[in-house]
Amino acid sequence: MQIKVNGESLELADNATISVLVTQMLLEDQRYAIEVNEEIISRSQHVTHFLSDGDQVEVVQAIGGG
Amino acid sequence: MTNTVSSSLPVDKPLTVAGKEYKSRLLVGTGKYKDLAETKAAIEMSGAEIVTVAVRRTNIGQNADEPNLLDVISPDRYTILPNTAGCYTAKDAVRTCKLARELLGGHDLVKLEVLGDQKTLYPNVTETLIAAETLIKDGFKVMVYTTDDPLIAKRLEEMGCVAVMPLGAPIRSGLGIRNPYNIKMILENAKVPILVDAGVGTASDASIAMELGCGGVLMNTAIAAAKDPIRMANAMRLAVESGREAWLAGRMPRKLYASASSPIDGLII
Repeated sequence: MQIKVNGESLELADNATISVLVTQMLLEDQRYAIEVNEEIISRSQHVTHFLSDGDQVEVVQAIGGG
Repeated sequence: MTNTVSSSLPVDKPLTVAGKEYKSRLLVGTGKYKDLAETKAAIEMSGAEIVTVAVRRTNIGQNADEPNLLDVISPDRYTILPNTAGCYTAKDAVRTCKLARELLGGHDLVKLEVLGDQKTLYPNVTETLIAAETLIKDGFKVMVYTTDDPLIAKRLEEMGCVAVMPLGAPIRSGLGIRNPYNIKMILENAKVPILVDAGVGTASDASIAMELGCGGVLMNTAIAAAKDPIRMANAMRLAVESGREAWLAGRMPRKLYASASSPIDGLII
């Protein structure tokens, strides 16, 4: 299936969970937050939340800012 | 000398934001530094306990070994204050705050800033009011960046913002406190901490904010864009402390004409 991650198209196995995406992005040990279709999915639900074709995913982290 | 004079002075009360006490009245940002090592060193030197961060999209395919800002500026040591910089609508600002709360494991203290346009980066007050109301209802503790309009500052306080942060001058302008009289008016009626946020260019600007009676000063570029950011971080720490001391001491009244400070009696002429 095709999803959008941070505005870019990404091919992901059908029935992949958010955790699969997180692993693929090498983010497991980091602090991040995820939105799917503008709705925050809390970290505890990443293992069970299946992504669907066409999902718009935002993955954010903290960076330098004032 | 083993004892400094200051050790005999009564201890200043701490800065209290959302029920938490802070010794330092200098709040700093983490943007615009050369690298994370410089960020870490400057922030340590500043003595700041509240540190702002931005929330941004993760680069896809970024190097996983690359150190993360929060590895360097640990939430265990600092109060992390996520900002909504770059947001121009209440909706985007609220969305960013919710992401920040998730990112920081439920941490609900945020710096709300909703900008009006790219040239001035002036606060969009109407959107700021909408966002503040939504966030407070949702349980956020909001430190709000706003104009130096005393009525708006009061309104934000009455809505339940935990700190009101009027600008000294536009963001990154380094023009200092352009309207100290407005800041004074805001301070006169305030029951929450008033922190000058934005506009500080050098140490004296920070001192002026504190001499006016502000609860603290928030700055980023004044330190990060100095030729030697670590040294400027030290200068800002001292400036905020000395400005605060001068405020506590209470300055002498201003007079137009001179009056002698040495006695007239006993002159030989």
